[in-house]
Amino acid sequence: MNKTLKTMTPDITRSRTAWTAMLLRRAIQILALGLLVGTVCFFMARSLPGDMATRIAAGRYGYDLVSNAAADAVRLELGLDRPLWLALLHWWGDIVRLDLGTSLVTGHAVWREVAHQLAATIELAVASVFVAAVVGLPLGIWSGLHAGGWVDRLTLALAVVLRALPPFLLAVLLMVVVAVQLDAVPVAGDDHGGSLLLPALTLGLGLAAGLARVARSAMREAAASASFEFARNKGLSDRQALIRHGLRQAATPVVAYLGVHAVFLVEGAVVVETLFAWPGIGHALVHAVFGRDVPMIQGAALCMGLLFVGFNLLVDAACLALDPRRRMGAVA
Amino acid sequence: MSGSLIDMAPLTGRGAPRTAARRRAGLGILALVAAFSLFGPALIGIDPARQTLADTLMPPGAAHWLGTDVLGRSVLARLAHAARLSLGLALLAALTAAIPGVLLGVAASWRGGRTERALVMLADAVLSVPGLLLVLLFAALAPGRHWALYIGLSLSLWVEYFRVCRAASRQVLAGDAVQASRLLGFGTGYVLRRHLLPALAPVLGTLLAFSAAQAVLALAALGFIGVGLQPPTPELGLMMTEFLPHYEEAPWLIAAPVALLMAVVLGMMLVAGDGETA
Repeated sequence: MNKTLKTMTPDITRSRTAWTAMLLRRAIQILALGLLVGTVCFFMARSLPGDMATRIAAGRYGYDLVSNAAADAVRLELGLDRPLWLALLHWWGDIVRLDLGTSLVTGHAVWREVAHQLAATIELAVASVFVAAVVGLPLGIWSGLHAGGWVDRLTLALAVVLRALPPFLLAVLLMVVVAVQLDAVPVAGDDHGGSLLLPALTLGLGLAAGLARVARSAMREAAASASFEFARNKGLSDRQALIRHGLRQAATPVVAYLGVHAVFLVEGAVVVETLFAWPGIGHALVHAVFGRDVPMIQGAALCMGLLFVGFNLLVDAACLALDPRRRMGAVA
Repeated sequence: MSGSLIDMAPLTGRGAPRTAARRRAGLGILALVAAFSLFGPALIGIDPARQTLADTLMPPGAAHWLGTDVLGRSVLARLAHAARLSLGLALLAALTAAIPGVLLGVAASWRGGRTERALVMLADAVLSVPGLLLVLLFAALAPGRHWALYIGLSLSLWVEYFRVCRAASRQVLAGDAVQASRLLGFGTGYVLRRHLLPALAPVLGTLLAFSAAQAVLALAALGFIGVGLQPPTPELGLMMTEFLPHYEEAPWLIAAPVALLMAVVLGMMLVAGDGETA
């Protein structure tokens, strides 16, 4: 393993290109996210019933004082008479300048609303990943090391059941059993305490099912690998070999799995937050849809997309940091 | 619609008898549900929207096998129509998504280079928006319309076909067999027909079942939280919302759509296989 300077340099540049490629990919995703969400929301705003200029004029001057002349003045002032493509360009321009407008329902700036809700969503996401890790990882690692044992079989059965159960059914089940029958925690809402438990359990258990299976097969593979065998042969105890060599090797597929299933967290957030009235982005999005509040829909969707891309970026970075092979340009 | 097939281990060459048995079980469940949704509405012959306010929340009986809901509508009739709607829309969306997904996936690995990079970028772009969010946005564009949900579902489902087909066909195209065929002077059509098609066919079956299951779940989830199809359409998620308030006095009501949804998803997952051989 004596690397000369000659072979070192390309390694470093290659490692740098792996990082740039990763960042570039996510940057393009953010661009596409804005474009896609923005365009859909633009047409959503256009398809709202009624005349936009009249509505804005009514908002400004009150419904009694709106005349056609006032509406026309507003239309001219805001450029609502522009052709469709020009209006769409302006709409995109607003997004690029991070001007998301004001909510049609509350009248507050969308940024302020979304920033408030984002904190709640991140709290829920972190709690769910924590639940998934605490429940899924030990079970997965144990069943990987003792494949075919009763823990392994039990985990498999639980994972199959949890996977066939859609999150919204699991949510209702937990609500009925834990909150209504046992009366242990509030059914819904956010009391900055026990109310986090049920939504986090709903999302976390779903994630834990997959995580346990992936951790199992990763652990099994790592334990069967030559490097683990070597670690055992050179005299490390089971425990030392597992902690120093096995876990890191098994970590990459597990972290990558989390990245693929970040989508589960975001989608689950929409459903679970709505069900548990958790004041996060997903809840806001669904209620914005009810209220036809297009600026809020756009802001919430953009924010959820950003959260998703950001989570993926973290996972990518963790994979690169964990697995030197990926840094060498062997990225698929 | 979470998850991805690309990281599932053996996509091809699954010939184990256990897999075959599992697939048959899945197909059996799906066939039963499909028969129920195809012939159910005609055989039951009750209008799913007909209300009989004198007979609300009736327990299962001879007239209404699954009882009636709070408006006195026949639950069995509504369930049959809901099954037809869910299965039909999901299959349609999955099939529509398959066409561009497979074609672009094969094209990407065939042409390589700039074309492949551009297509991968396009797929990445669509992946930036989580699937359910995309469907939700389209559903918000035209509330309660089937076509909006259909477009949203197809748009979010094609990427999975693209990614899997690209990966699978790249392996085939880089193989010795294709090289030998090309050296022997066989043309594009031959390579597509004799090399790619047999390799992609089993993957496609898996993908179709997988994406249809995701579509069914997405429809039900959106209906359940009230942003998908709107009442009085008989739809699985909507029915659950309508029945949930009566779970204590009439538990059979909520059990019906839940059981049907789980049967459909289970059947599709069995056909697709969850990629883990124990």
